[in-house]
Formats: sequence, C-alpha cells, structure tokens
Amino acid sequence: MAQIGERAAGPASGGLEIRVDRKVFPAAGSRPAQQVLRNIAIDIEPGSFAVITGPSGCGKSTLLNIIAGLDHDFEGKVTLGGPDTKVGYIFQSPRLLPWRTVYENIALVLPDGDARHAQIDDMLRQVGLEGFGSQYPERLSLGMQRRAALARGFITEPDVLLMDEPFVSLDDPTAQALRELLIGLWNRRPTTVVFITHDRAEAVMLGTRILRMSGSNATIDQDETVRLSPSERTDRDKVLAEQRRIFHET
Amino acid sequence: MQRLNPTPRASVDEPWQTRVAWGLGSLMGFLLFWEVLALLIQHRHLPPPTVVFSAMVREAESGELGYHIAMTLFRVAVAFVFAMLIGSAIGIVMGRNGRIDQAFDSWLILFLNLPALVIIILCYVWFGRTEVAAIIAVAVNKLPNVAVTVREGARALSRDLAEMAHVYRFGPWKTLRHVTLPQLAPFFLASARTGLSLVWKIVLVVELLGRSDGVGFQLGTYFQMFDVSMILAYALAFILVVQVIEFAVLQPIAARVNKWRR
Repeated sequence: MAQIGERAAGPASGGLEIRVDRKVFPAAGSRPAQQVLRNIAIDIEPGSFAVITGPSGCGKSTLLNIIAGLDHDFEGKVTLGGPDTKVGYIFQSPRLLPWRTVYENIALVLPDGDARHAQIDDMLRQVGLEGFGSQYPERLSLGMQRRAALARGFITEPDVLLMDEPFVSLDDPTAQALRELLIGLWNRRPTTVVFITHDRAEAVMLGTRILRMSGSNATIDQDETVRLSPSERTDRDKVLAEQRRIFHET
Repeated sequence: MQRLNPTPRASVDEPWQTRVAWGLGSLMGFLLFWEVLALLIQHRHLPPPTVVFSAMVREAESGELGYHIAMTLFRVAVAFVFAMLIGSAIGIVMGRNGRIDQAFDSWLILFLNLPALVIIILCYVWFGRTEVAAIIAVAVNKLPNVAVTVREGARALSRDLAEMAHVYRFGPWKTLRHVTLPQLAPFFLASARTGLSLVWKIVLVVELLGRSDGVGFQLGTYFQMFDVSMILAYALAFILVVQVIEFAVLQPIAARVNKWRR
C-alpha cells in the first residue's frame, strides 16, 4: 500500500528512489480538483545526470518539488540517499536574496562558521563572477544572477542537485555558455542531478539519461540512456543526431 | 507650443546641497511671509517670528523648554516602541494566519476608528491620571496603524524565498534574519515614519488632559494666558526636534535598508 507523502533516507548516498502513485491538486474556488501525476516510479543511480523532459505544464516542476521535500501532499514515497544527504536546488528563477550581496547569498547556504572566504572566492571564479561578490543581485543581468544561483547550488557540495529549467529566458549564447559551465562543474565534482527542461537539445547535451513525460495527468513514457561522451556534448551535430534518435525526430 | 523639456522634477538624485538649499530657501520664504503678515495685521495674537524666537530663547535659557520637551520626548519614545513592537507582532500573526486574521479583523477596524480622545479619556478614567495610563493611551492609538501596515507586508512574504530557505536548511533564526525581516523592513519603516508624527501629536493631547509637565501641558498653560508667542515657541521647538529625528535617525535607516535597490 502506498504511504502518504513520505520522504525517507535510504542506504546509498546520492541515489534516489521516487514513487509517486498519485498527485492531485485539490479544488480551489471554482477550479475543480486536478490530477497531475500518476504511477511514477524512477530509480536514479548515484552520480548520474537524469533529465526529465516534457511539455510545459505537464507536472515536471511539481515532481521536482515533491523530490525536494517542498510538497508533501502526494501518494507515494521518495527516498533520498543517506541520512545526511545534502540537497541543492537551482530554481527556475534565481531566487537570490536581493538585499544580500552575491557573496552573502552564497555564504548563507553554508553552515554557520563554515563560510570559508577562499572557498567562496574560488566558486565565484569558477562560475565567472570574480569581482562581483560585493554586488547586489538586482544590479546584475539575469545571466549573471543564474551564475550566482549555480554557485550557491554547488558550494554546499550537495549529494543531490535538483535543477528546474535553470537556463530559461536567456539568449541562446548565454544559455549555451551556462550549459558548458554546468558540464564543467559537474565533471569536476560529479553529483546526482535531476534536471528539468522542455528543451530537447538541452536535455541531450546535459543528461546521461532522459525521462520523458507527456500530457496532463502525466507519467514517465520513455526512459533513454544518452550515448554521448563528455567531449561530444559540446559538438552541436553530435547532440542533434542523438536528439533525433531519442525523440524519433526526422 | 508643446514643451519638450518640462522643469525637471526635484529628485533624490540631486546633490544634497541643492536639496538643502531649496529646503532652507522655502523655509525662509515662509518666515518672511509670516513677518510681513504680522507687521500688516499688528495684533498681539499674531506675533511675528522674531518675537516668537526671542520667547523661545528666553524659555530655553530658563531651562523650562528643555525640560518639557524632554518629558514629551520620553513619552513619545516609550509609547512608540511599545506600539511598534506589539503592533508588528499582531500584524505578522494576522498576515500569516488567515483564520486569526478573520477572527480579529473587525477588532482592528474598531480600534482603527476609535477616536484618539475617547481612548485617552477612557485610559485616564480606568487607570487614573498616571504616567502609565498616559503612555498606554498613546500606544493604543498608534498600535492598530502599525498592525495594519505590517499585516500587508506579512501577507506579501515571498513563498519562493521561503522554499529556498527551507531547501538550503537555513533554520528559523537565519530565515527570520535574512529572509523574513528584510521583506518586512519597508513596512516597519513606513509605519515608523507615519507613527512618529502621529504619536507626538497624541502625546500633546494626553499631556494637556492629564499630566503636569510636557509640551502639551505648557501649551495648555499658555492657552489660559492667551500667550500666543509662547504657544508658537513650544510648537516650533518641538517640530524642530521631530525633524532632527527624521533626518538624523529615520532617513539614515531608510537609506541603509534600501541600499540594495537598483
């Protein structure tokens, strides 16, 4: 029998077991109750980069919020790595504290007294924000705010990193630069990633595994392994060929 | 013909010297207008500013002015702090909890519309003409305003940032200090600024009706003597003090709270 909204710590560090039997948004006002997710069962290996893809509004973000423990109102069970599993979440909007500087935003996610200056400076350098630590987020471009959000996500060295379309509303070169940055950060420090996007090319370029969702009251329709080596991921033609294979595009 | 370049609006981007010069110039203009008016009317119930200032200086030299202003300021400060603390707490609770908001909304409206004079009279009747009664009366007058303003802020707290703080395990103290309070700061500041001017006006009434010191008490005394110079001297002196608080305390705090804005 399904347990209600349970989120537990399992044995393997960084691995995920996701079981969402049913997720319903309750009726509110004139809007009737709406079932958004059904029969979802995903096991994610530690250290893999899983991309969940599907059209807008199919419930991808809802699923990610359930995995993150922000939403407990579902039938099923989510098991995350070990008892001390650290989770990072990079949201669709950067969600930086506008009244704290970039440096303070990153330092705040570290445990008190653990905010090492050199470590934060190094992270700022890695994401290309060297010299911007003392700036307030709203004075930066969206692309730079997203870099700061990436830095905040990686600084805690999370066992599981959840990412919800973190590169939307950017122009293509900026988004591409950030994808390459993400690949670099992930190669340097592999962690289990669950990445959500509706952009097929982005899914293929980043993921080691692609899970497709579709329609309303969605479930996982397709589960594919991406056959690309790290060097092939920045090659547009290779990515396009793999995208055609996985998504049966002609 | 259409004007393409209207007179620029005075803005905070101007150098402070320009702003101060305009402020002083405007003030001088008013004093000049008053002086001329008093000269034309020639009545002892409209003394010119020069006479008022000499009355102010005399009262200051005798130590009376300083003493009564200090007493009034003390009452303003205590009542202000209580009203801000309790009003903010009520506002936050009502803003975060819909049920409590529903249950007590009409109470708030009642207190918001209760005339200041009624609260003052009731406090003196119930608690006697004591210092405590005076301060309670002032605080209760201001409190509903603070609660309503802060409630708006608490209703608008960002869920996005709360989720971020939860995922990154901020804990209650870090969340309060870095996520919640900065969002409420503009609302605290707004109620502090409107509060200061409201509170000192009510304190004068409280002093007039039931205290034997303070600016309000002095105004009552000089009213009985029809000494308009002295009444104006006290009023102007206190306006000056309130302005100093505004410039020296509230504005620097506002600048600090808003420095992250674009």
